Amino acid sequence: MAADSSFKIVIVDESPIRAAILKEGLQEAGFTSVEHISEMHSLLARIYALDPDVILIDLENPSRDVLEQMFQVSRAVRRPIAMFVDQSDATSIQEAVEAGVSAYIVDGLKKERIKPILDLCISRFNAFAKLQDELDRTRSALEERKILDRAKGILMKMKGLTEDEAYVLMRSTAMREKKKIGEIAQSIITAAELLK
Amino acid sequence: MTDKPLTIGFIPLVDAAALIVAVDKGFTVAEGLDVTLVREVSWSNVRDKLNIGLFDAAHLLAPVAIASSLGLAQVKVPIIAPFNLGLNGNAITVSPALHAAIMAEAEGDAVNPLVTAKALARVVTLRRKTGAEPLTFGMTFPFSTHNYQLRFWLAAGGIDPDEDVRLVVLPPPYMVDSLANGHVDAFCVGAPWNSIAVDFGVGHILHFVSDILARAAEKVLAVRERWAQENPLVLAKLTRALGRAADFVEQLENRAEVARILAKPERIGVDAEVVQRTLDGRLKVSPDGTFRESDRYLLVGREGAGRPDPVQAAWLYAQMVRWGQAAYSSDALAAAKKVFRPDLYDAALGSPAGVLSNIHDGLGAFTGANFNASDIASYLSSLAIKRRPV
Repeated sequence: MAADSSFKIVIVDESPIRAAILKEGLQEAGFTSVEHISEMHSLLARIYALDPDVILIDLENPSRDVLEQMFQVSRAVRRPIAMFVDQSDATSIQEAVEAGVSAYIVDGLKKERIKPILDLCISRFNAFAKLQDELDRTRSALEERKILDRAKGILMKMKGLTEDEAYVLMRSTAMREKKKIGEIAQSIITAAELLK
Repeated sequence: MTDKPLTIGFIPLVDAAALIVAVDKGFTVAEGLDVTLVREVSWSNVRDKLNIGLFDAAHLLAPVAIASSLGLAQVKVPIIAPFNLGLNGNAITVSPALHAAIMAEAEGDAVNPLVTAKALARVVTLRRKTGAEPLTFGMTFPFSTHNYQLRFWLAAGGIDPDEDVRLVVLPPPYMVDSLANGHVDAFCVGAPWNSIAVDFGVGHILHFVSDILARAAEKVLAVRERWAQENPLVLAKLTRALGRAADFVEQLENRAEVARILAKPERIGVDAEVVQRTLDGRLKVSPDGTFRESDRYLLVGREGAGRPDPVQAAWLYAQMVRWGQAAYSSDALAAAKKVFRPDLYDAALGSPAGVLSNIHDGLGAFTGANFNASDIASYLSSLAIKRRPV
Protein backbone atom coordinates (compact mmCIF):
# COMPACT_ATOMS: atom_id res chain seq x y z
CA MET A 1 0.00 0.00 0.00
CA ALA A 2 3.00 2.26 -0.35
CA ALA A 3 1.51 4.24 -3.22
CA ASP A 4 -1.62 4.94 -1.18
CA SER A 5 0.28 7.11 1.25
CA SER A 6 0.15 9.82 -1.38
CA PHE A 7 -3.65 9.96 -1.14
CA LYS A 8 -4.87 13.29 0.02
CA ILE A 9 -7.66 12.74 2.52
CA VAL A 10 -9.91 15.46 3.94
CA ILE A 11 -11.98 14.86 7.09
CA VAL A 12 -15.05 17.09 7.48
CA ASP A 13 -16.18 16.78 11.08
CA GLU A 14 -17.37 19.26 13.69
CA SER A 15 -16.20 16.99 16.50
CA PRO A 16 -12.51 17.68 17.07
CA ILE A 17 -12.07 14.54 19.17
CA ARG A 18 -13.49 12.20 16.56
CA ALA A 19 -11.52 13.92 13.82
CA ALA A 20 -8.33 13.47 15.86
CA ILE A 21 -9.08 9.78 16.38
CA LEU A 22 -9.65 9.34 12.64
CA LYS A 23 -6.63 11.32 11.63
CA GLU A 24 -4.38 9.37 13.96
CA GLY A 25 -5.70 6.06 12.64
CA LEU A 26 -5.23 7.06 9.03
CA GLN A 27 -1.73 8.28 9.69
CA GLU A 28 -0.83 5.08 11.51
CA ALA A 29 -2.04 3.20 8.44
CA GLY A 30 0.39 5.17 6.33
CA PHE A 31 -1.79 7.96 4.92
CA THR A 32 0.39 10.92 5.61
CA SER A 33 -1.67 13.61 3.95
CA VAL A 34 -4.78 13.98 6.13
CA GLU A 35 -6.45 17.36 6.70
CA HIS A 36 -9.31 18.21 9.04
CA ILE A 37 -11.93 20.87 8.24
CA SER A 38 -14.18 21.91 11.13
CA GLU A 39 -15.32 25.34 9.93
CA MET A 40 -18.38 24.90 7.70
CA HIS A 41 -18.49 28.42 6.31
CA SER A 42 -15.24 28.00 4.45
CA LEU A 43 -15.93 24.37 3.58
CA LEU A 44 -16.02 24.69 -0.20
CA ALA A 45 -13.07 27.06 -0.43
CA ARG A 46 -10.96 24.77 1.77
CA ILE A 47 -11.86 21.68 -0.25
CA TYR A 48 -11.10 23.42 -3.53
CA ALA A 49 -7.75 24.51 -2.17
CA LEU A 50 -6.83 21.05 -0.86
CA ASP A 51 -8.11 19.15 -3.94
CA PRO A 52 -8.40 15.84 -2.07
CA ASP A 53 -8.66 12.32 -3.46
CA VAL A 54 -11.06 11.26 -0.74
CA ILE A 55 -13.46 13.29 1.40
CA LEU A 56 -14.81 11.82 4.63
CA ILE A 57 -17.77 13.54 6.24
CA ASP A 58 -19.74 12.56 9.32
CA LEU A 59 -23.39 11.83 8.68
CA GLU A 60 -24.62 14.25 11.34
CA ASN A 61 -23.18 17.15 9.39
CA PRO A 62 -25.85 19.09 7.47
CA SER A 63 -23.12 20.31 5.13
CA ARG A 64 -23.22 16.97 3.35
CA ASP A 65 -25.79 18.59 1.07
CA VAL A 66 -23.28 21.32 0.26
CA LEU A 67 -20.82 18.71 -0.97
CA GLU A 68 -23.45 17.29 -3.31
CA GLN A 69 -23.58 20.59 -5.13
CA MET A 70 -19.83 20.88 -5.28
CA PHE A 71 -19.63 17.59 -7.12
CA GLN A 72 -22.25 18.79 -9.58
CA VAL A 73 -20.88 22.15 -10.54
CA SER A 74 -17.24 21.99 -9.66
CA ARG A 75 -14.53 22.31 -12.21
CA ALA A 76 -11.80 22.36 -9.60
CA VAL A 77 -12.76 19.19 -7.77
CA ARG A 78 -13.32 16.25 -10.05
CA ARG A 79 -16.63 14.44 -9.81
CA PRO A 80 -17.04 11.71 -7.23
CA ILE A 81 -17.63 8.27 -8.67
CA ALA A 82 -20.09 7.28 -6.00
CA MET A 83 -20.65 7.13 -2.32
CA PHE A 84 -17.99 4.65 -1.13
CA VAL A 85 -18.31 2.08 -3.87
CA ASP A 86 -20.81 0.86 -6.40
CA GLN A 87 -24.18 -0.67 -5.64
CA SER A 88 -22.82 -4.21 -5.54
CA ASP A 89 -21.19 -3.50 -2.21
CA ALA A 90 -24.33 -2.62 -0.27
CA THR A 91 -23.07 -4.20 2.98
CA SER A 92 -20.08 -1.96 3.29
CA ILE A 93 -22.22 1.10 2.52
CA GLN A 94 -24.66 0.05 5.20
CA GLU A 95 -21.90 -0.56 7.75
CA ALA A 96 -20.42 2.83 7.07
CA VAL A 97 -23.76 4.61 7.30
CA GLU A 98 -24.62 2.85 10.54
CA ALA A 99 -21.29 3.89 11.99
CA GLY A 100 -22.04 7.47 10.89
CA VAL A 101 -19.46 8.06 8.23
CA SER A 102 -19.89 8.98 4.61
CA ALA A 103 -17.02 8.93 2.16
CA TYR A 104 -16.87 10.59 -1.22
CA ILE A 105 -14.27 9.32 -3.55
CA VAL A 106 -13.13 11.71 -6.16
CA ASP A 107 -12.63 10.36 -9.67
CA GLY A 108 -9.74 8.12 -10.51
CA LEU A 109 -9.58 5.80 -7.52
CA LYS A 110 -10.31 2.11 -7.65
CA LYS A 111 -12.72 0.82 -5.08
CA GLU A 112 -10.23 -1.80 -3.82
CA ARG A 113 -7.95 1.04 -2.83
CA ILE A 114 -10.63 2.91 -0.92
CA LYS A 115 -11.80 -0.15 1.02
CA PRO A 116 -9.00 -0.06 3.65
CA ILE A 117 -9.66 3.64 4.29
CA LEU A 118 -13.33 3.01 4.70
CA ASP A 119 -12.84 -0.03 6.96
CA LEU A 120 -10.49 1.94 9.11
CA CYS A 121 -12.95 4.81 9.37
CA ILE A 122 -15.80 2.51 10.33
CA SER A 123 -13.78 0.94 13.15
CA ARG A 124 -12.58 4.34 14.34
CA PHE A 125 -16.11 5.76 14.25
CA ASN A 126 -17.33 2.78 16.26
CA ALA A 127 -14.49 3.26 18.75
CA PHE A 128 -15.51 6.89 19.15
CA ALA A 129 -19.15 5.94 19.64
CA LYS A 130 -18.12 3.49 22.38
CA LEU A 131 -16.03 6.14 24.07
CA GLN A 132 -18.92 8.61 23.92
CA ASP A 133 -21.27 5.99 25.29
CA GLU A 134 -18.99 5.26 28.25
CA LEU A 135 -18.65 8.95 28.93
CA ASP A 136 -22.43 9.39 28.90
CA ARG A 137 -22.90 6.42 31.21
CA THR A 138 -20.32 7.71 33.67
CA ARG A 139 -21.96 11.10 33.59
CA SER A 140 -25.45 9.75 34.26
CA ALA A 141 -24.11 7.47 37.02
CA LEU A 142 -22.59 10.51 38.70
CA GLU A 143 -25.83 12.40 38.24
CA GLU A 144 -27.83 9.57 39.85
CA ARG A 145 -25.34 9.43 42.71
CA LYS A 146 -25.97 13.10 43.45
CA ILE A 147 -29.73 12.62 43.41
CA LEU A 148 -29.48 9.61 45.74
CA ASP A 149 -27.35 11.57 48.19
CA ARG A 150 -29.78 14.49 48.23
CA ALA A 151 -32.78 12.19 48.73
CA LYS A 152 -30.97 10.34 51.52
CA GLY A 153 -30.25 13.66 53.22
CA ILE A 154 -33.93 14.64 53.07
CA LEU A 155 -35.07 11.30 54.55
CA MET A 156 -32.45 11.44 57.29
CA LYS A 157 -33.54 14.91 58.29
CA MET A 158 -37.30 14.46 58.03
CA LYS A 159 -37.59 10.94 59.46
CA GLY A 160 -34.58 10.91 61.72
CA LEU A 161 -32.99 7.93 59.94
CA THR A 162 -29.36 6.93 59.60
CA GLU A 163 -27.80 7.01 56.17
CA ASP A 164 -28.07 3.22 55.81
CA GLU A 165 -31.70 3.19 56.92
CA ALA A 166 -32.56 5.93 54.42
CA TYR A 167 -30.96 3.97 51.61
CA VAL A 168 -32.73 0.72 52.60
CA LEU A 169 -36.06 2.55 52.69
CA MET A 170 -35.57 3.91 49.19
CA ARG A 171 -34.43 0.56 47.87
CA SER A 172 -37.35 -1.38 49.30
CA THR A 173 -39.81 1.25 48.03
CA ALA A 174 -38.28 0.99 44.59
CA MET A 175 -38.64 -2.79 44.62
CA ARG A 176 -42.20 -2.65 45.86
CA GLU A 177 -43.25 -0.10 43.22
CA LYS A 178 -41.14 -1.72 40.48
CA LYS A 179 -39.28 1.51 39.83
CA LYS A 180 -35.64 2.47 39.66
CA ILE A 181 -34.12 3.73 42.89
CA GLY A 182 -33.16 6.92 40.99
CA GLU A 183 -36.83 7.59 40.23
CA ILE A 184 -37.80 7.15 43.88
CA ALA A 185 -35.00 9.50 44.94
CA GLN A 186 -36.15 12.06 42.39
CA SER A 187 -39.75 11.93 43.63
CA ILE A 188 -38.55 12.44 47.22
CA ILE A 189 -36.66 15.56 46.12
CA THR A 190 -39.65 16.81 44.12
CA ALA A 191 -42.03 16.19 47.03
CA ALA A 192 -39.67 17.91 49.48
CA GLU A 193 -39.48 20.96 47.22
CA LEU A 194 -43.29 21.11 46.93
CA LEU A 195 -43.66 20.87 50.70
CA LYS A 196 -41.08 23.56 51.42
CA MET B 1 -52.83 -7.13 13.77
CA THR B 2 -49.73 -5.00 13.57
CA ASP B 3 -47.36 -5.16 10.61
CA LYS B 4 -43.62 -5.16 11.07
CA PRO B 5 -42.33 -1.83 12.36
CA LEU B 6 -41.59 0.89 9.82
CA THR B 7 -38.82 3.46 10.01
CA ILE B 8 -39.47 6.71 8.17
CA GLY B 9 -37.01 9.57 7.80
CA PHE B 10 -37.96 13.24 7.72
CA ILE B 11 -36.38 16.68 7.67
CA PRO B 12 -37.79 19.19 10.20
CA LEU B 13 -39.95 21.29 7.86
CA VAL B 14 -43.63 22.24 7.97
CA ASP B 15 -44.32 20.28 4.78
CA ALA B 16 -43.70 17.07 6.74
CA ALA B 17 -47.04 17.93 8.42
CA ALA B 18 -49.12 15.06 7.02
CA LEU B 19 -46.43 12.53 7.93
CA ILE B 20 -45.84 13.83 11.46
CA VAL B 21 -49.57 14.18 12.17
CA ALA B 22 -50.25 10.70 10.75
CA VAL B 23 -47.89 9.24 13.34
CA ASP B 24 -48.40 11.57 16.31
CA LYS B 25 -52.21 11.67 16.06
CA GLY B 26 -52.42 7.90 15.66
CA PHE B 27 -53.67 7.64 12.06
CA THR B 28 -50.92 5.09 11.38
CA VAL B 29 -51.75 3.10 14.51
CA ALA B 30 -55.41 3.06 13.42
CA GLU B 31 -54.22 1.34 10.22
CA GLY B 32 -52.29 -1.22 12.30
CA LEU B 33 -48.91 0.31 11.51
CA ASP B 34 -46.06 0.76 13.97
CA VAL B 35 -44.09 3.74 12.63
CA THR B 36 -40.97 5.34 14.04
CA LEU B 37 -40.04 8.74 12.65
CA VAL B 38 -36.35 9.59 12.43
CA ARG B 39 -35.34 13.23 12.18
CA GLU B 40 -32.50 13.78 9.71
CA VAL B 41 -30.02 16.58 9.09
CA SER B 42 -29.51 16.43 5.32
CA TRP B 43 -31.30 15.37 2.15
CA SER B 44 -28.24 13.33 1.24
CA ASN B 45 -28.73 11.29 4.41
CA VAL B 46 -32.45 10.82 3.77
CA ARG B 47 -31.79 9.69 0.21
CA ASP B 48 -28.95 7.32 1.11
CA LYS B 49 -30.71 5.76 4.08
CA LEU B 50 -33.80 5.21 1.94
CA ASN B 51 -31.75 3.80 -0.93
CA ILE B 52 -29.85 1.28 1.19
CA GLY B 53 -32.90 0.20 3.16
CA LEU B 54 -32.27 1.78 6.57
CA PHE B 55 -35.52 3.67 5.99
CA ASP B 56 -38.67 2.00 4.67
CA ALA B 57 -40.01 5.35 3.51
CA ALA B 58 -39.06 9.01 3.64
CA HIS B 59 -40.21 12.62 3.44
CA LEU B 60 -38.22 13.50 0.34
CA LEU B 61 -37.74 16.34 -2.10
CA ALA B 62 -39.75 15.38 -5.20
CA PRO B 63 -36.78 15.97 -7.55
CA VAL B 64 -34.52 13.72 -5.44
CA ALA B 65 -36.98 10.85 -5.94
CA ILE B 66 -36.73 11.43 -9.69
CA ALA B 67 -32.93 11.86 -9.72
CA SER B 68 -32.51 8.66 -7.72
CA SER B 69 -34.77 6.76 -10.13
CA LEU B 70 -32.78 8.05 -13.12
CA GLY B 71 -29.38 7.49 -11.47
CA LEU B 72 -28.39 11.16 -11.68
CA ALA B 73 -25.28 12.04 -9.64
CA GLN B 74 -25.75 8.97 -7.45
CA VAL B 75 -26.38 5.27 -7.55
CA LYS B 76 -29.58 4.39 -9.39
CA VAL B 77 -32.33 3.22 -7.08
CA PRO B 78 -35.88 3.33 -8.48
CA ILE B 79 -38.12 5.25 -6.11
CA ILE B 80 -41.86 5.74 -6.27
CA ALA B 81 -44.15 8.28 -4.65
CA PRO B 82 -47.74 7.22 -3.89
CA PHE B 83 -48.49 10.38 -1.91
CA ASN B 84 -47.59 14.02 -2.37
CA LEU B 85 -46.92 15.55 1.05
CA GLY B 86 -47.43 19.09 -0.19
CA LEU B 87 -47.74 21.57 -3.03
CA ASN B 88 -45.86 24.90 -2.80
CA GLY B 89 -44.80 26.05 0.67
CA ASN B 90 -41.48 27.70 -0.24
CA ALA B 91 -40.68 31.39 -0.34
CA ILE B 92 -37.92 33.64 -1.60
CA THR B 93 -36.46 35.85 1.11
CA VAL B 94 -34.00 38.68 0.40
CA SER B 95 -31.78 40.81 2.62
CA PRO B 96 -33.03 44.32 3.49
CA ALA B 97 -30.33 45.80 1.22
CA LEU B 98 -31.31 43.70 -1.78
CA HIS B 99 -34.96 44.32 -1.04
CA ALA B 100 -34.38 48.09 -1.18
CA ALA B 101 -32.38 47.75 -4.40
CA ILE B 102 -35.11 45.70 -6.10
CA MET B 103 -37.86 48.07 -4.94
CA ALA B 104 -35.91 51.05 -6.31
CA GLU B 105 -35.84 49.39 -9.75
CA ALA B 106 -39.33 47.85 -9.73
CA GLU B 107 -41.73 49.16 -12.34
CA GLY B 108 -45.15 47.91 -11.29
CA ASP B 109 -46.58 45.77 -8.52
CA ALA B 110 -43.77 43.90 -6.75
CA VAL B 111 -46.12 40.97 -6.03
CA ASN B 112 -45.73 40.16 -9.74
CA PRO B 113 -42.60 37.99 -10.11
CA LEU B 114 -41.95 39.38 -13.59
CA VAL B 115 -41.67 42.89 -12.13
CA THR B 116 -39.18 41.79 -9.45
CA ALA B 117 -37.18 39.55 -11.82
CA LYS B 118 -36.71 42.42 -14.28
CA ALA B 119 -35.83 44.80 -11.45
CA LEU B 120 -33.33 42.25 -10.14
CA ALA B 121 -31.79 42.00 -13.63
CA ARG B 122 -31.18 45.76 -13.53
CA VAL B 123 -29.64 45.44 -10.05
CA VAL B 124 -27.34 42.71 -11.39
CA THR B 125 -26.26 44.90 -14.33
CA LEU B 126 -25.61 47.88 -12.05
CA ARG B 127 -23.51 45.76 -9.72
CA ARG B 128 -21.46 44.46 -12.62
CA LYS B 129 -20.78 48.02 -13.79
CA THR B 130 -19.53 49.04 -10.36
CA GLY B 131 -17.41 45.91 -10.04
CA ALA B 132 -19.41 44.56 -7.08
CA GLU B 133 -19.41 40.84 -6.30
CA PRO B 134 -22.19 38.84 -7.97
CA LEU B 135 -25.29 38.32 -5.80
CA THR B 136 -25.44 34.98 -3.99
CA PHE B 137 -28.65 32.96 -3.63
CA GLY B 138 -29.01 30.07 -1.20
CA MET B 139 -31.10 27.00 -1.93
CA THR B 140 -31.35 23.60 -0.31
CA PHE B 141 -30.08 20.98 -2.73
CA PRO B 142 -29.01 20.62 -6.37
CA PHE B 143 -32.08 18.45 -7.05
CA SER B 144 -34.59 20.63 -5.25
CA THR B 145 -37.70 22.53 -6.14
CA HIS B 146 -36.02 25.57 -4.50
CA ASN B 147 -33.22 25.42 -7.05
CA TYR B 148 -35.62 25.16 -10.00
CA GLN B 149 -38.06 27.77 -8.67
CA LEU B 150 -35.27 30.30 -8.17
CA ARG B 151 -33.82 29.57 -11.60
CA PHE B 152 -37.22 29.79 -13.29
CA TRP B 153 -37.85 33.21 -11.75
CA LEU B 154 -34.32 34.56 -12.40
CA ALA B 155 -34.30 33.40 -16.02
CA ALA B 156 -37.72 34.95 -16.65
CA GLY B 157 -36.18 38.34 -15.86
CA GLY B 158 -33.26 37.70 -18.22
CA ILE B 159 -30.76 36.61 -15.55
CA ASP B 160 -28.61 33.58 -16.30
CA PRO B 161 -28.56 31.75 -12.95
CA ASP B 162 -25.16 30.19 -13.63
CA GLU B 163 -23.42 33.21 -15.13
CA ASP B 164 -24.93 36.35 -13.58
CA VAL B 165 -25.41 35.28 -9.96
CA ARG B 166 -24.15 32.54 -7.65
CA LEU B 167 -26.44 29.76 -6.49
CA VAL B 168 -25.16 27.87 -3.46
CA VAL B 169 -26.50 24.99 -1.42
CA LEU B 170 -27.13 25.81 2.23
CA PRO B 171 -28.65 23.51 4.83
CA PRO B 172 -32.00 25.10 5.85
CA PRO B 173 -31.00 25.68 9.50
CA TYR B 174 -28.01 27.78 8.30
CA MET B 175 -30.07 30.01 5.97
CA VAL B 176 -31.00 32.73 8.44
CA ASP B 177 -27.47 33.09 9.84
CA SER B 178 -26.02 33.20 6.35
CA LEU B 179 -28.39 35.99 5.35
CA ALA B 180 -27.64 37.91 8.55
CA ASN B 181 -23.86 37.74 8.13
CA GLY B 182 -23.90 38.45 4.41
CA HIS B 183 -22.82 35.03 3.11
CA VAL B 184 -25.92 35.12 0.91
CA ASP B 185 -28.09 37.98 -0.34
CA ALA B 186 -31.24 35.91 -0.67
CA PHE B 187 -32.53 32.36 -0.36
CA CYS B 188 -35.37 30.07 -1.34
CA VAL B 189 -36.40 27.65 1.40
CA GLY B 190 -39.45 26.06 2.99
CA ALA B 191 -41.13 26.94 6.27
CA PRO B 192 -40.34 27.92 8.96
CA TRP B 193 -37.04 29.52 7.83
CA ASN B 194 -38.42 32.45 5.83
CA SER B 195 -40.59 33.54 8.76
CA ILE B 196 -37.68 33.21 11.16
CA ALA B 197 -35.54 35.50 8.98
CA VAL B 198 -38.33 38.09 8.98
CA ASP B 199 -38.82 37.79 12.75
CA PHE B 200 -35.10 38.38 13.28
CA GLY B 201 -35.33 41.46 11.08
CA VAL B 202 -32.71 40.17 8.62
CA GLY B 203 -34.93 39.42 5.64
CA HIS B 204 -37.98 40.36 3.59
CA ILE B 205 -40.14 37.66 2.02
CA LEU B 206 -40.18 38.79 -1.60
CA HIS B 207 -42.27 35.99 -3.10
CA PHE B 208 -44.31 33.03 -2.10
CA VAL B 209 -43.47 30.24 -4.50
CA SER B 210 -47.17 30.14 -5.34
CA ASP B 211 -46.56 33.52 -7.09
CA ILE B 212 -44.20 31.70 -9.46
CA LEU B 213 -46.03 28.39 -9.92
CA ALA B 214 -49.60 27.87 -8.74
CA ARG B 215 -49.08 24.13 -8.22
CA ALA B 216 -45.54 22.97 -7.56
CA ALA B 217 -44.95 19.45 -6.20
CA GLU B 218 -42.73 19.88 -3.17
CA LYS B 219 -42.12 16.86 -0.93
CA VAL B 220 -43.35 13.34 -1.50
CA LEU B 221 -43.62 10.20 0.54
CA ALA B 222 -40.90 8.17 -1.15
CA VAL B 223 -40.37 4.40 -1.02
CA ARG B 224 -38.15 2.06 -3.01
CA GLU B 225 -40.04 0.57 -5.93
CA ARG B 226 -38.94 -2.89 -4.86
CA TRP B 227 -40.12 -2.36 -1.31
CA ALA B 228 -43.48 -1.20 -2.68
CA GLN B 229 -43.78 -4.39 -4.73
CA GLU B 230 -42.95 -6.52 -1.70
CA ASN B 231 -45.21 -4.64 0.72
CA PRO B 232 -48.28 -3.49 -1.23
CA LEU B 233 -50.68 -3.74 1.71
CA VAL B 234 -48.42 -1.87 4.11
CA LEU B 235 -47.94 0.86 1.53
CA ALA B 236 -51.70 1.17 1.00
CA LYS B 237 -52.22 1.49 4.76
CA LEU B 238 -49.53 4.13 5.02
CA THR B 239 -50.99 6.05 2.09
CA ARG B 240 -54.42 5.92 3.69
CA ALA B 241 -53.07 7.18 7.02
CA LEU B 242 -51.37 10.08 5.22
CA GLY B 243 -54.58 10.92 3.37
CA ARG B 244 -56.50 11.07 6.66
CA ALA B 245 -53.75 13.13 8.28
CA ALA B 246 -53.66 15.58 5.35
CA ASP B 247 -57.43 16.09 5.71
CA PHE B 248 -56.97 16.63 9.43
CA VAL B 249 -54.24 19.23 8.83
CA GLU B 250 -56.49 21.16 6.44
CA GLN B 251 -59.44 21.47 8.87
CA LEU B 252 -59.32 25.01 10.23
CA GLU B 253 -60.41 23.94 13.70
CA ASN B 254 -57.40 21.56 13.92
CA ARG B 255 -54.76 24.07 12.88
CA ALA B 256 -53.70 25.13 16.37
CA GLU B 257 -53.33 21.51 17.45
CA VAL B 258 -51.39 20.63 14.29
CA ALA B 259 -49.09 23.58 14.89
CA ARG B 260 -48.46 22.37 18.46
CA ILE B 261 -47.68 18.84 17.25
CA LEU B 262 -45.23 20.07 14.61
CA ALA B 263 -43.60 22.57 16.95
CA LYS B 264 -42.46 19.94 19.47
CA PRO B 265 -38.69 19.80 19.99
CA GLU B 266 -38.38 16.28 18.59
CA ARG B 267 -40.29 17.27 15.42
CA ILE B 268 -39.53 20.73 13.99
CA GLY B 269 -38.59 22.46 17.22
CA VAL B 270 -39.80 26.03 16.65
CA ASP B 271 -42.63 28.22 17.98
CA ALA B 272 -46.10 26.85 17.24
CA GLU B 273 -47.15 30.34 16.16
CA VAL B 274 -44.57 30.36 13.35
CA VAL B 275 -45.79 26.96 12.15
CA GLN B 276 -49.38 28.12 12.20
CA ARG B 277 -48.61 31.13 10.01
CA THR B 278 -47.40 28.74 7.32
CA LEU B 279 -50.40 26.45 7.62
CA ASP B 280 -52.75 29.44 7.43
CA GLY B 281 -50.84 30.97 4.51
CA ARG B 282 -50.68 34.25 6.40
CA LEU B 283 -47.05 35.31 6.72
CA LYS B 284 -45.27 38.31 8.12
CA VAL B 285 -43.26 39.36 5.08
CA SER B 286 -41.38 42.36 6.40
CA PRO B 287 -39.66 43.16 9.70
CA ASP B 288 -41.97 46.22 9.91
CA GLY B 289 -44.86 43.83 10.57
CA THR B 290 -46.53 43.77 7.15
CA PHE B 291 -48.48 40.56 6.60
CA ARG B 292 -49.42 38.89 3.33
CA GLU B 293 -52.00 36.20 2.80
CA SER B 294 -52.39 33.56 0.13
CA ASP B 295 -54.71 30.58 0.14
CA ARG B 296 -52.18 28.80 -2.10
CA TYR B 297 -49.15 29.25 0.15
CA LEU B 298 -48.99 25.60 1.19
CA LEU B 299 -51.49 22.97 0.05
CA VAL B 300 -51.37 19.82 2.15
CA GLY B 301 -54.59 18.08 1.22
CA ARG B 302 -56.79 20.65 -0.50
CA GLU B 303 -57.45 20.65 -4.26
CA GLY B 304 -56.22 17.07 -4.55
CA ALA B 305 -52.76 18.14 -3.44
CA GLY B 306 -51.98 14.72 -1.98
CA ARG B 307 -52.51 12.93 -5.28
CA PRO B 308 -49.18 12.72 -7.16
CA ASP B 309 -49.43 14.30 -10.61
CA PRO B 310 -47.05 12.89 -13.28
CA VAL B 311 -47.24 16.29 -15.03
CA GLN B 312 -45.34 17.68 -12.05
CA ALA B 313 -42.71 14.95 -12.37
CA ALA B 314 -42.33 15.82 -16.07
CA TRP B 315 -41.87 19.51 -15.19
CA LEU B 316 -39.15 18.66 -12.67
CA TYR B 317 -37.36 16.45 -15.19
CA ALA B 318 -37.63 19.27 -17.76
CA GLN B 319 -35.84 21.56 -15.28
CA MET B 320 -33.06 18.98 -14.84
CA VAL B 321 -32.59 18.95 -18.61
CA ARG B 322 -32.85 22.74 -18.87
CA TRP B 323 -30.07 23.29 -16.34
CA GLY B 324 -27.75 20.57 -17.59
CA GLN B 325 -28.26 18.02 -14.80
CA ALA B 326 -29.76 15.41 -17.14
CA ALA B 327 -29.59 14.60 -20.82
CA TYR B 328 -32.95 14.53 -22.59
CA SER B 329 -34.43 11.25 -23.68
CA SER B 330 -38.04 10.17 -24.09
CA ASP B 331 -37.26 7.06 -22.01
CA ALA B 332 -35.98 9.16 -19.13
CA LEU B 333 -39.06 11.40 -19.37
CA ALA B 334 -41.30 8.33 -19.17
CA ALA B 335 -39.27 6.99 -16.23
CA ALA B 336 -39.53 10.34 -14.42
CA LYS B 337 -43.30 10.45 -14.85
CA LYS B 338 -43.61 6.92 -13.48
CA VAL B 339 -42.08 8.01 -10.17
CA PHE B 340 -45.38 9.70 -9.31
CA ARG B 341 -48.05 7.06 -8.76
CA PRO B 342 -51.61 8.42 -8.70
CA ASP B 343 -52.81 4.84 -9.28
CA LEU B 344 -51.50 3.78 -5.86
CA TYR B 345 -53.06 6.87 -4.30
CA ASP B 346 -56.41 6.05 -5.90
CA ALA B 347 -56.23 2.41 -4.86
CA ALA B 348 -55.68 3.41 -1.24
CA LEU B 349 -57.87 6.50 -0.95
CA GLY B 350 -60.21 6.44 -3.93
CA SER B 351 -59.86 8.88 -6.82
CA PRO B 352 -60.86 12.43 -5.93
CA ALA B 353 -64.29 13.37 -7.25
CA GLY B 354 -64.86 16.33 -9.54
CA VAL B 355 -62.60 19.19 -10.53
CA LEU B 356 -60.29 20.04 -7.65
CA SER B 357 -58.20 22.69 -9.33
CA ASN B 358 -58.71 25.16 -12.17
CA ILE B 359 -55.00 25.21 -13.07
CA HIS B 360 -55.42 23.70 -16.52
CA ASP B 361 -51.82 22.73 -17.34
CA GLY B 362 -51.24 21.43 -13.81
CA LEU B 363 -48.59 24.06 -13.02
CA GLY B 364 -49.80 27.61 -13.58
CA ALA B 365 -46.43 29.27 -14.16
CA PHE B 366 -46.46 33.09 -13.98
CA THR B 367 -44.89 33.44 -17.41
CA GLY B 368 -44.09 31.46 -20.53
CA ALA B 369 -45.92 28.87 -22.57
CA ASN B 370 -48.32 26.37 -21.02
CA PHE B 371 -46.49 23.26 -19.94
CA ASN B 372 -47.02 20.17 -22.07
CA ALA B 373 -45.83 17.06 -20.23
CA SER B 374 -45.83 14.91 -23.36
CA ASP B 375 -43.69 17.32 -25.38
CA ILE B 376 -41.09 18.86 -23.12
CA ALA B 377 -38.64 19.19 -26.02
CA SER B 378 -40.61 21.99 -27.65
CA TYR B 379 -41.29 23.50 -24.23
CA LEU B 380 -37.55 23.65 -23.60
CA SER B 381 -36.72 25.04 -27.03
CA SER B 382 -39.08 27.95 -26.31
CA LEU B 383 -36.87 29.04 -23.39
CA ALA B 384 -34.10 31.54 -24.06
CA ILE B 385 -31.84 30.82 -21.09
CA LYS B 386 -30.81 27.21 -20.61
CA ARG B 387 -27.66 25.13 -20.26
CA ARG B 388 -28.16 22.49 -22.87
CA PRO B 389 -29.88 22.37 -26.27
CA VAL B 390 -32.50 19.61 -26.57
